[in-house]
Amino acid sequence: MSDGPAAQSPWQTVTITGIEKRTPRVTSFFLQPSRPFAYRAGQHVDVRLTAPDGYQARRSYSIASAPEAGETIELAIERLDDGEVSPFFHDIAAVGDEVELRGPLGGHFVWSDSDGGPLLLVGGGSGVVPLMAMIRHRAARKSTVPAALVFSARIWEEVIFRDELIGLDDRRDGFDLVLALTRELARRPTDYSRRVDTAMMEQSMLRLPAPARFAFVCGSNAFVSAAAQALIDAGVPAGLIRTERYGV
Amino acid sequence: MVTRGFFSGRKPPTDADERIPPGQYLEQGFPVLSAGPTPHVRTEDWSFTLKHGPRPIKKWNWTEFNALPLTKMTRDIHCVTAWTKFDTAWQGVLVDDILADAGIEPPTAFTLALSFDGYTTNVPTQDLTAGKAMVALLYEGKPITPDHGAPARLLVPHLYFWKSAKWLNGLQFTERDEPGFWELRGYHIYGDPWREQRYTGDS
Ligand SMILES: Cc1cc2nc3c(=O)[nH]c(=O)nc-3n(C[C@H](O)[C@H](O)[C@H](O)COP(=O)(O)OP(=O)(O)OC[C@H]3O[C@@H](n4cnc5c(N)ncnc54)[C@H](O)[C@@H]3O)c2cc1C
Repeated sequence: MSDGPAAQSPWQTVTITGIEKRTPRVTSFFLQPSRPFAYRAGQHVDVRLTAPDGYQARRSYSIASAPEAGETIELAIERLDDGEVSPFFHDIAAVGDEVELRGPLGGHFVWSDSDGGPLLLVGGGSGVVPLMAMIRHRAARKSTVPAALVFSARIWEEVIFRDELIGLDDRRDGFDLVLALTRELARRPTDYSRRVDTAMMEQSMLRLPAPARFAFVCGSNAFVSAAAQALIDAGVPAGLIRTERYGV
Repeated sequence: MVTRGFFSGRKPPTDADERIPPGQYLEQGFPVLSAGPTPHVRTEDWSFTLKHGPRPIKKWNWTEFNALPLTKMTRDIHCVTAWTKFDTAWQGVLVDDILADAGIEPPTAFTLALSFDGYTTNVPTQDLTAGKAMVALLYEGKPITPDHGAPARLLVPHLYFWKSAKWLNGLQFTERDEPGFWELRGYHIYGDPWREQRYTGDS
């Protein structure tokens, strides 16, 4: 994995070119940069909003699109009802609006097909977003690197990118989807109706033909702590596990 | 550029303005960020080593380290993910007191902080001395929790908080300014929040 310093990346204006509701609480925003940039699967951008009085709010959002997807980048943003920036996107932002963006950022939580695998991805809620970029990158490259995604959501309706993920799973090209629904019964025979735990990690690893070479875990802090510990207890060396925590 | 339809919602009280560096917002909680799983370091297994390059100068175990003078520091902290938290209260051993116990003056102008999980971060030596930084053992009067770097973390409150390495197990003096973990991955070599030195290339 290359870890060279990111090039200088100042703020730029991006235009919202598309808005697509993914789940009741998560919506995708497609952004066209004024200065298009290359990025790696797993990286994030910072978004900045400015009020008329000069007050600014900035937040980080992972890129959901694959690096191969062209100039437009996709962000998938979960609405936190009492938040500041995510409700702006859900309630106010419209196609044609401009916001400021800086990136790509982050050089640790990244994967490309040339890094190889097997790849074990563990996401909770909107934590699936950077993992989706990796899965889309793998598909775009027609990579056969074995990969498993364990994706925890509360209910079936809240599985972000559900149809696309199931479609990729159905290809049987080395990508395996495992859903862990925490508040509803599983619908597919391979899925679980509980929170991620050590046994689930052990079983998910058996879907890979060889021990994982990379494990990526992303979500809220509580989710990442629990999932990373479950991976360690299932025998994954701590040094292979990379985490991205969305904060509180 | 003014964003259409975005208005100041959570503007901090004006007397707080001068305490919030550019691009930061006020946070009441204490978010956790790290590059990997949380190491669980037992105090029996903990030690702290002062090094000059590869050469150890002095090593303390947990009991020895706790016998050093303890100092209180209450400071605002600033995370590069844009939150600022006011008045965080820490207790620990000033880097000055560690150097005094080792009986040395700083041998070089640069330091790398070393952690149990292999994390490193670089800080100029003069940003660690003269009461500016400590190895913190307590937060709000209680032992630091594993998520926040137990049992000991560096505290360099005037720089972005990734410089305050968690799960600290040593300080290494280096001849040159050697980029650490995040500094090699696109983050600023110095990280002054007041100059918004977030990423490589920020002046
Ligand atoms: C590297 C990275 C990547 C990320 N990627 C994504 C992504 O792909 N998708 C995604 O949806 N999110 C992502 N996040 C999280 C995102 O950056 C924001 O934290 C999230 O959208 C919430 O922002 P907000 O402004 O809506 O809420 P905030 O205003 O930040 O509030 C968040 C929560 O904290 C509470 N809170 C915070 N401050 C206060 C206050 N002063 N008073 C009262 N309550 C407060 C609120 O109750 C709220 O529920 C990512 C974070 C990181 C660090």
